[in-house]
Amino acid sequence: MIAESMYQELILEHYKHPQGRGLREPYDAEVHHVNPTCGDEVTMRVKLGDGGKVLDVSYDGQGCSISQAAASVLHELATGSTVHESLSVVDEFTRLMQGRGQVEADEDVLGDAVAFAGVAKFPARVKCALLAWMAYKDALVRSQA
Amino acid sequence: MTSAAPFDVERIRKDFPILSRELPGGRPLVYLDSGNSSQKPTLVIETMREHLAQHYGNVGRALHALGSESTEAYEGARDKIAAFIGAPSRDEVIFTKNASESINLVAYAFGNPINTDERFKVGPGDEIVISEMEHHSNIVPWQLLAQRTGATLRWFPVTDEGRLDIEGLNELVNERTKIVSIVHQSNVLGTVNSESPILARVREVGALMMLDASQSVPHQAVDVAELGVDFVAFTGHKMVGPSGIGVLWGRRELLDAMPPFLGGGEMIEAVWMDHSTYAPVPHKFEAGTPPIVEAVGLGAAVDYLTSVGMEEIKQHEKELTGYALDALQEVNGLRIIGPRTVVARGGTVSFTMEGIHPHDVGQILDDVYGIAVRVGHHCARPLHLRFGIPATTRASFYLYNTTAEIDALVRGLHHVQKVFG
Repeated sequence: MIAESMYQELILEHYKHPQGRGLREPYDAEVHHVNPTCGDEVTMRVKLGDGGKVLDVSYDGQGCSISQAAASVLHELATGSTVHESLSVVDEFTRLMQGRGQVEADEDVLGDAVAFAGVAKFPARVKCALLAWMAYKDALVRSQA
Repeated sequence: MTSAAPFDVERIRKDFPILSRELPGGRPLVYLDSGNSSQKPTLVIETMREHLAQHYGNVGRALHALGSESTEAYEGARDKIAAFIGAPSRDEVIFTKNASESINLVAYAFGNPINTDERFKVGPGDEIVISEMEHHSNIVPWQLLAQRTGATLRWFPVTDEGRLDIEGLNELVNERTKIVSIVHQSNVLGTVNSESPILARVREVGALMMLDASQSVPHQAVDVAELGVDFVAFTGHKMVGPSGIGVLWGRRELLDAMPPFLGGGEMIEAVWMDHSTYAPVPHKFEAGTPPIVEAVGLGAAVDYLTSVGMEEIKQHEKELTGYALDALQEVNGLRIIGPRTVVARGGTVSFTMEGIHPHDVGQILDDVYGIAVRVGHHCARPLHLRFGIPATTRASFYLYNTTAEIDALVRGLHHVQKVFG
């Protein structure tokens, strides 16, 4: 039961009950990212406010439980924080995912996203977890351009 | 050839050493991914080992004892494969790296300025016809040909049941058509296409026809002369042979008319600094040192399949497929993509499960039950787009699979539903 440890309760919970799903107005930038190997996709919008405040992260997409739950967790973590804060979470999440299971996660920074630690042991699934997070990073760049 | 003994799947399983291995955690292996690549019997493994240990040398050019033993084994493999597919001549069997290379080789002969044969001339206004159920290997080479020449790529649609829709045949295949290339057995739907109505129209308009037989040659007796098409491509690793070896069969007269594909050693007759003349087929298309041991291994694979009997294999798979179709349709929320009956259908069953992504299905099946299936679009993305789905889970059967393994699959799917339900 190696993989069942990957499917943490929290991941399944987000998959079954995604938070903040659905594309909303207004927004500053919209991006569409796909994972060509499995066809997972996400469309993401961000709306920024004064002082680099992230007012809304809205998204829609299709894919496996890992990719969809990752988008839901991202929505929770990023919405209401600042661009600066959320980017440091994205960086820590990326470091964890690309660590081949050898990286100790910083729970203080990652919050619920720490549940994805087990995914890092499955190289084929790392891209699923990162899909929405990379889209978010891209959307931030575009909304600030 | 008739089989030596009645079909006994337990006896067959003993011929495949990998089937008795355990996966980490003590899980038994349930291998339902032969449509992706098949496992190898001891005969193939030992023949290749023996060749490397005792006979290996380069082929066609070394005069010493090992060179001639190796050449004999390599060319002997060609004879075996020619007999296996009913090729009128052994020289019509060309060794390639895989089915993709075989198809590229043919596509490259079209619209090639060094080929002056009318049948291979392609330009703007000409048409190439494929189908919506093709593997990428029978799509992309033709897209590239269309891009090189300005020709138009067209395709047969697929019905909701997963059959080739040939209603528009007479319009689709017309005087502008240069070649029709379709899959013999779909690697996703399992559908076995009947080539004859299409071939009749192809002949009427003076076009050529190719079959991608990667998924049919391993599972049923295929006789190229009986099929009557012009080119047939297949690959070794799906028919209990090694990877790295594929086959192109083509009509001698067409192969003679075609230009070389790759240039290099052993494909020439004579070389000057400014030009060359080429070896006769098959060697014209086998530049460089070929996959020698792999060809020998494929020869052994053909011996093995023949000893079991292709009719017996087909019958066994038909029983498995019928059993699987019945069992899978009992699973709630499971939708089979492809024909739901065993008529004109092989042992490849793809499906979706409501609300659960195939990657999650495959991960749990592997992890809990040691069941190897393939998940994704199986290199047939346009077909998945046609059904409005991003991916499927695919179970594919071969001579060594059992109904007990299908029971394990169904148990696994129920567990998947428990995890994600």
